[in-house]
Amino acid sequence: MEQFFFFLFAAGAVISALLVISRRNVMHCALFLVLTFFFVAAIFVLLKAEFLAAVQVLVYAGAIMVLFTFVIFLVHIPRTEKIRQTFRQKNLALALGLLLGLEVAYILYGTMAAPASLPAAAPVGAVGNTESFGVALFTRFLFPFEVVSVLLLAAMIGAIVLAKKEIDR
Amino acid sequence: MSAEVPLSYYLILGALLFIIGAVGVLTRRHALVILMSIELMLNAVNITLVAFSRMQGNLTGQVFSLFIIAVAAAEAAVGLAIVIVLFNSRETLNIDEINLMKW
Amino acid sequence: MSVLWWLVTLVKVGVIFGAVLGVVAYMTLAERKVSGHIQLRLGPNRVGPFGLLQPIADGLKLMFKEDIIPDHVDKVIYLLAPAISTVAAFAAYAVIPLGPPTDFFGLLPEPVPLQIADVNIGILYIFALSSMGVYGIVLAGWSSNNKYSLLGGLRSSAQMISYELSLGMSVVGVLMMSGSLSLTRVVEDQAGLWYVFLQPLGFIIFIIAAFAETNRLPFDLPEAEPELVAGYHTEYSSMKFSLFFMSEYAAMFTISAMAVTLYFGGWQGLPGLGTLGIPPVLWFVGKVAFFLFLFLWVRWTLPRFRYDQLMNLGWKVFLPLSLLNVLLTGLGLVLLR
Repeated sequence: MEQFFFFLFAAGAVISALLVISRRNVMHCALFLVLTFFFVAAIFVLLKAEFLAAVQVLVYAGAIMVLFTFVIFLVHIPRTEKIRQTFRQKNLALALGLLLGLEVAYILYGTMAAPASLPAAAPVGAVGNTESFGVALFTRFLFPFEVVSVLLLAAMIGAIVLAKKEIDR
Repeated sequence: MSAEVPLSYYLILGALLFIIGAVGVLTRRHALVILMSIELMLNAVNITLVAFSRMQGNLTGQVFSLFIIAVAAAEAAVGLAIVIVLFNSRETLNIDEINLMKW
Repeated sequence: MSVLWWLVTLVKVGVIFGAVLGVVAYMTLAERKVSGHIQLRLGPNRVGPFGLLQPIADGLKLMFKEDIIPDHVDKVIYLLAPAISTVAAFAAYAVIPLGPPTDFFGLLPEPVPLQIADVNIGILYIFALSSMGVYGIVLAGWSSNNKYSLLGGLRSSAQMISYELSLGMSVVGVLMMSGSLSLTRVVEDQAGLWYVFLQPLGFIIFIIAAFAETNRLPFDLPEAEPELVAGYHTEYSSMKFSLFFMSEYAAMFTISAMAVTLYFGGWQGLPGLGTLGIPPVLWFVGKVAFFLFLFLWVRWTLPRFRYDQLMNLGWKVFLPLSLLNVLLTGLGLVLLR
């Protein structure tokens, strides 16, 4: 059962990810990316990380991608769909991607020999529970948490400064 | 609910998504699509981290994927602001045409 | 997960879905009736007794209208948008508890919860779905290839992102008090005292942001008929149009149920007095009905905000206030513990 759902979601994620990088229309790319995020969220649920799945949908699909669509609204030029969509380095990039894939496959092949299945007896009861997640976040990972909040503040200021310059001009 | 799916399957999925994202960054000319591909790569890393977290039975991986999501949000905010500024000054988002450091 | 469990779940899904559809249908009638009485008219009263069959007549009429797909629209997205809207609005009921576990007067061998699924991230689930609802509107506006629709879509995406922040932050106060994201737990915690008495500021922010989130007056800028000729659904006709309509009312129902669950004790009776012998489900329905009426009442009483006022209000007033609410709640929890 779990394998069936895994393959369903994994296939969905990979196919929609491929469509993200191959569609001509930017809006379609963005929508397929949203779809990919949903499939990834489903994978998170399979991995018993429900909180993260909800955050994934809420932040990625609900906020980041809405921002993307918002920007597409502002900058979309339909005629750009007619022109060539890829760099001249496309073939090189594909070759490099293939190389990367082979590399990862090689490394994973090494680990496959070992019993790589998830230990069924692992203490997963608490994992994925929002409460234990919060406790971990505010005790062990308090410092990284603060750093991330500073990063977000910096990003916010940066975005405001970039956008503000427009108005002054 | 036994864990029937081996860890390596999740790692392969993460790797596949990461490669797709990387190829997207390298091949596409549209600035927004490049940003989207970067988001895709970050997500692939998240899958890997959560899978490892599940295997180890602790929350470290999940907490770090939360941080990655936060970083992705920050990146998207700044990246999109740059895209808008770029579009307003150059009226194109074709990375090939944006080849001057200064104008 | 016995056969009985599956059967009960299926029945629950069916009943709740049917009930929501019914509520949505009769909300259209209620809206017209309430607006009529507020404006000293009678409202629709020709179809059936007191106009009670009006929603059916409306539905039939919409179904038989010509279904137009304009030229130069992005066809797939154009067809997808109303579906996204509707699904996002309807799926939220899965986690809202309608009453305490019951065995239906001994009909079932064991008590079943009056809720389709008690997930431990219930509130996040509803927020995730409501943020999906934005896509329906945004995509409708974009794919219609019409400048009014596009403006409506732009407005709604900015508005919903802005107000979702205040909405989410105002709920954090409740979460801090109950210590759980599960809506069942939140309701059970309110047996003694409703959270509205402990979180008055949070509730006010919540309900105002809810008006913005559901695109209702005084914040219905995305559709604003006088300026945008109906905004994002200008180009939609027939059942696709009515899907948008249904999802708007369904979203109102969701947010009312949320307000009742989070702040007004869900299916609990009055604080201190108990249920007064009235079944808990009726308490829930009654409270939700009050909020639905509030939505209508406000719509026909207040004028529309200007867009810059809306944005200023969201970012400069409600967001700081909701952060203040979180701060005060934390302070209170620490001092009283």
